[in-house]
Amino acid sequence: MPRREDLESILVIGSGPIVIGQACEFDYSGTQACRVLREEGYRVVLVNSNPATIMTDPDFADATYVEPLDVEILTRIIERERPDAVLPTLGGQTALNLAMELVEAGTLDELGVELIGANAQAIATAEDREQFKAAMHEIGLATPASGIAHTLDEAMEVVERIGLPVVVRPAYILGGRGTGIAHTTEEFRRIARRGLDASPISEILIEKSIAGWKEYELEVMRDRADNCVVVCSIENLDPMGVHTGDSITVAPAQTLSDVEYQAMRDAAFACIRRVGVETGGSNVQFALDPSNGEMVIIEMNPRVSRSSALASKATGFPIAKIAARLAVGYTLDEIPNDITRKTPASFEPTIDYVVTKVPRWAFEKFPGIPAVLGTQMQSVGEAMAVGRTFPESLQKGLRSLEQGRFGLNCDPAERELDALSDAELLSRAAVATPDRPFQLEALLRRGVGVDRVHEATGVDPWFLDQMLLIVEEREHLASVGFEALSRADWRRAKRLGFSDAQLAYLWGVDEADVRARRLSLGVRPTFKTVDTCAAEFAAETPYHYSTYEEEDEVREGDRPKVVILGSGPNRIGQGIEFDYCCVHASFALREAGYETVMVNCNPETVSTDYDTSDRLYFEPLTHEDVMNVIEAERPVGVIVSLGGQTPLKLANTLPVELVCGTSPASIDAAEDRERWNALCARLEIPQPAGGTATTVEEALQVVERVGYPVLVRPSYVLGGRAMEIVYDEEGLRRAMEELAGFGSLGREGGLSAERPVLVDRFLEDATEVDVDAIRDRTGELLIGGVMEHVEEAGVHSGDSACTLPPHSLSPETILVIEDYTRRIADALEVCGLINVQYAVKANQVFVIEANPRASRTVPFVAKATGVPLAKIASRVMVGATLDELRAEGLLRDRVQGDHFAVKEAVLPWSRFPDVDSVLGPEMRSTGEVMGIDATFGLAFVKAQLAAGTKLPERGTVFLSLADRDKPLGARAARRFAELGFSIAATSGTAAFLEDQGIEVSTVVAKLGEASGHDAVELIASGKVDLVINSPRGRGPRADGAHIRAAAGAHGVPLLTTAAAGLAAANGLADWFHHEIRVRSLQEYHGGRGADQLSLPL
Amino acid sequence: MTVREASLVLADGTTFEGEAIGADPPSGVTTGEVVFNTVLTGYQEVITDPSYAGQIITFTYPHIGNYGVSPLDNEARRPHCRGVIVRDLARRRSNWRSDEDLDGFLRRHGIAGIAGVDTRRLTRHIREAGAMPGAFGTADRATLERAAKQEPGTDGRDLVREVTCAEPYTFRSPTAARGSASKRVVAYDFGIKTTILRHLGEIATVEVVPASTPASAVLERAPDGVFLSNGPGDPAAVAGVPEAIGELLGRVPVFGICLGHQLLATAIGGRTFKLPFGHHGGNHPVSRLSTGQVEITSQNHNYAVDEDSVAGVAEITHRNLNDGVVEGIRCRDVPAFGVQYHPEAGPGPHDARYLFALFDELMEAHR
Repeated sequence: MPRREDLESILVIGSGPIVIGQACEFDYSGTQACRVLREEGYRVVLVNSNPATIMTDPDFADATYVEPLDVEILTRIIERERPDAVLPTLGGQTALNLAMELVEAGTLDELGVELIGANAQAIATAEDREQFKAAMHEIGLATPASGIAHTLDEAMEVVERIGLPVVVRPAYILGGRGTGIAHTTEEFRRIARRGLDASPISEILIEKSIAGWKEYELEVMRDRADNCVVVCSIENLDPMGVHTGDSITVAPAQTLSDVEYQAMRDAAFACIRRVGVETGGSNVQFALDPSNGEMVIIEMNPRVSRSSALASKATGFPIAKIAARLAVGYTLDEIPNDITRKTPASFEPTIDYVVTKVPRWAFEKFPGIPAVLGTQMQSVGEAMAVGRTFPESLQKGLRSLEQGRFGLNCDPAERELDALSDAELLSRAAVATPDRPFQLEALLRRGVGVDRVHEATGVDPWFLDQMLLIVEEREHLASVGFEALSRADWRRAKRLGFSDAQLAYLWGVDEADVRARRLSLGVRPTFKTVDTCAAEFAAETPYHYSTYEEEDEVREGDRPKVVILGSGPNRIGQGIEFDYCCVHASFALREAGYETVMVNCNPETVSTDYDTSDRLYFEPLTHEDVMNVIEAERPVGVIVSLGGQTPLKLANTLPVELVCGTSPASIDAAEDRERWNALCARLEIPQPAGGTATTVEEALQVVERVGYPVLVRPSYVLGGRAMEIVYDEEGLRRAMEELAGFGSLGREGGLSAERPVLVDRFLEDATEVDVDAIRDRTGELLIGGVMEHVEEAGVHSGDSACTLPPHSLSPETILVIEDYTRRIADALEVCGLINVQYAVKANQVFVIEANPRASRTVPFVAKATGVPLAKIASRVMVGATLDELRAEGLLRDRVQGDHFAVKEAVLPWSRFPDVDSVLGPEMRSTGEVMGIDATFGLAFVKAQLAAGTKLPERGTVFLSLADRDKPLGARAARRFAELGFSIAATSGTAAFLEDQGIEVSTVVAKLGEASGHDAVELIASGKVDLVINSPRGRGPRADGAHIRAAAGAHGVPLLTTAAAGLAAANGLADWFHHEIRVRSLQEYHGGRGADQLSLPL
Repeated sequence: MTVREASLVLADGTTFEGEAIGADPPSGVTTGEVVFNTVLTGYQEVITDPSYAGQIITFTYPHIGNYGVSPLDNEARRPHCRGVIVRDLARRRSNWRSDEDLDGFLRRHGIAGIAGVDTRRLTRHIREAGAMPGAFGTADRATLERAAKQEPGTDGRDLVREVTCAEPYTFRSPTAARGSASKRVVAYDFGIKTTILRHLGEIATVEVVPASTPASAVLERAPDGVFLSNGPGDPAAVAGVPEAIGELLGRVPVFGICLGHQLLATAIGGRTFKLPFGHHGGNHPVSRLSTGQVEITSQNHNYAVDEDSVAGVAEITHRNLNDGVVEGIRCRDVPAFGVQYHPEAGPGPHDARYLFALFDELMEAHR
């Protein structure tokens, strides 16, 4: 069946900001979909609120709306664009839910828009637990005993019937939010209540727990002609009970016989057919009783998912791309397999390697949250590794995480487990935590046998025995020793995935010596190809992984090569923004005639799509692995400054002549506090006073000089890891201990003369400003954008909203900022991107820090201004001048004047209900959104809406503010009152407001040690529509915590700074005077469509 | 377990390093035609498939033996292949169905193997150079190379003789539906797989006969249908059988699988030819031309039916979507059809099991 000719224009819905459970994988799927649909000649309209995505690059759609993913906004876009169809299956649960809302609102019918990819009935069958179970029983598939409840009473009845332990899952949620296992009635009540709250339709499924069973997933595709294929099977290392997003997973399934596998395959097909997914990809999850093979179906997602991104990368079969083609009418046999180019997509990939996915968590960012894994996903990113065997891929996967681990132990961090007795270790390993794989290895190394470990943990004996092979090899290596090791021994060690760093640790020698010795014996990696067919056919696509075998498959190239180092697994502070930069570099350099070589290990990303670069290496980003690629490819340059800290940290270990752009020495000069201070002094640029320290005493000396409060932070980290504002000696001592100790940071390197702590005077109430700029080799500087933060200095820039252009800075201040930026870039001899952060206090500009690399805001600036900064920077880094790029047309003037773009951070509070939702110097946001509109206020409100904070249009605003925030808070309150809102406040805040002549209709008790009850009761009563609560500037920040927790628990919009409160009030004022307008980036960038934004006066 | 270093040498002199697994052959040498199979699961079924007689099977998936072996998964009473080549043999098996590990199974059946081999390099080599004789074992390289060069390979050899049953026997399925026993199928055993017997057993009582059984002896059994089984080697080298099939055609419905399909084509005047790489996996897409439906199929064949050679006497019913090779034919004038691939699966996907029902319908229509 060929392409549908009755469609002309298709709306693709993206997945919005990166949140836990929904990350870059939907940028990957959406980007593929947009690409394919345009190749097929359709007009593509895209909506996604996330500016950091590659899909929202204006080149990927005909009309790109960076607008809130809200049904009202979507309706406006549909009315304006009149697409023939909506494709909602590539934008995660967000897009699927939005599509359902549009269907239910009748919008699609009314406007004659067809839902393609999945129909409403299929979505409902898969998503509604009750319907799903009934459907599965109808086709003879078993599900765990269960019941549905809409109230707590109903829930209690169900559990009475099926018995504990049970799993509670809310309906219509993503990433397992609100799910949990209950072993006791008390636990059950709590989890059930939370689940009912989390579900948008207040419905939970209560299911008999099958924790300990083996868990599998099949990625399935179906076309209009009812052809079905399995793309990939996945087996979880962690048994049932841990969310699959938090499990170590392995492809293909390892311990299923063909009889069992084929039965599962039949069941998956029966499931997709019964659910009624007519075209596209779905993933189906199964659990198997290891004692008798009894199989139950757990769930299915009628859309592409995180697992399908993993399956695509694991097999070379691009599920999203093919799903998009299937949605417009093709059948699988009509679509070619990109990798072989000769065979069709109607086949099942077979692989000749093992893929291991390892999640990465951010528990260190959320003190007080136990690092225990369960049915609710908590990881923020993942790494994937490819090896010929499971031990090799597991070790590669663990070192890909970049958490200071060299592999499966055999590194300094393993000593943490030494103090534990066998029994303690065994009982710890019985609980799923991020440390479990290391505990398993330690247990096996102590001689606790596979069977005992299996019994305690439920991890399959096959996996454990494979780990035991690593243990045994380690013992052998240790006993033979570095000097005496034979070539065969070296080879066996490398084939089991041992890194040079592990061997160096084991033998107590330098990694460089290990490498030298290994190379002298001729033990080098070979690169194999991911080809979908286990070498049965020739592969055209150079998608490689390293392993230690006899044959290398890297082909010669005919163009100069540039290696681009990616950013590794997503983490808070380093995510999709950097992938955007790397992908743009690849596009720009390919276009400029280079052969681009991408190295990365994050399966969610666009950068690890084999279509993005000329060559793809799925490898850990460590010195050893990167050098292997460099030696295999012999590039003319390596780009280290676009992937965040990950590649930057490697810059010094690579051949210096290969590093493109700004030299590693300059990167150091900006990072080395003393050299940086000297540079600022020489340039006469004011800085907050400060110094460096490696001990508490040194820190105290600095403070003696500069005074409190001070900002304390480690060097060489991103995302404000462990950054803190301290107000007194006690705080300082605590902060230094945390940094020096064996905490998460200690693990990442600890303190040393090379990595001191920076201690700087903290400027209270200053406005923070971010600048992204590019300097070329001739010294010309391009200011990409000057961004003014909404929250005051002290809130991490990644967690702060910011606006481009600035809305309150004077033109003079901006000129000063631009001038300082130029001077700094010149002094650092920057060639490429530089990001400089400033604090502006009383019209004086202080420089906080400069980073000669891509920053998190590069994609935002590019979308706000229409200037492709990352592409320009990558060209500049390989020698082009801004003048040349201007002549080429790549560099164009930035669009400005008729719109504001506001970036807002999205925080994971709903995942961690026990964490205080207050902003600080440590970044904790997982993602970002952009609001774009004619005024700052409108853009701000849109950004809030996009971030999930729907500001109220009427009702009561409740304020409880720290003293220093009261003046600003009063301005916000006055504005809200003018807009017709009632004001409620705690007594202290109320007194201040009343002094200012603002009427306060409700006053609740001042917050005391154990009080706050009144405020909490007020919020719980539903009488408050917006909470503005800022923490006190000094002392423990827990004062307002229960107010913020109450807002979170009852779904009341919450702003935690007075500045945001004022911005919201101003924004709402604008909002009330305007109709909601939407406009595409293409229009903004082309200066078109402005008439539609004219204000009705 | 101590490592026994071993090598694999192909007839063209290409050498691979590894270590010995499975049985210890006398003299430390195992020879055969080196082929590969890309299935991810089902190694036991592949190893016991008589179609691999004379061959050394390379598994492209690196971990083999993970789920052990089960007596339920044998495709024949013993393996007929000469040896196995793997990247990694599981030391510990894990699956409730298994009662033995693969290494023990190989030893018990006297099958030698070699592990630790860069099986991807080997597969790429065979893909380009074609399946070729080889020798592996703990013997020295020169001995192995000599053995590899002396090994005749499978071209032109009638390997069916080695695997067919000596005497006729009757197979009754314990799970067959009532009433199915009223039909009788005579199955020519060219190396028949147990899974095929199970499927046929669901629709009839199966009388399995040796490959040399003359048509008259078959007809004496008054069958409702005749089945032509899978089997090893070069179809052109199987003597006498096409003639027997020729006598049966038109008198009784005939269904052939794999070698049986090739022999059916030969019987109606068709020719077979050797494919450049062969088809060796459980993931081959086949189009059922009458519906356009795609089946994912299990395949293992180096030879295929030449389309032109059967033009006019048979229609093409199935085609491989990867390379267009004929995967199924139906005779125009007589009730007979065959498929090149393995609809019975074992191992492999179940997509094409309907073919057994079609055979049943064909028999029903000609009763």
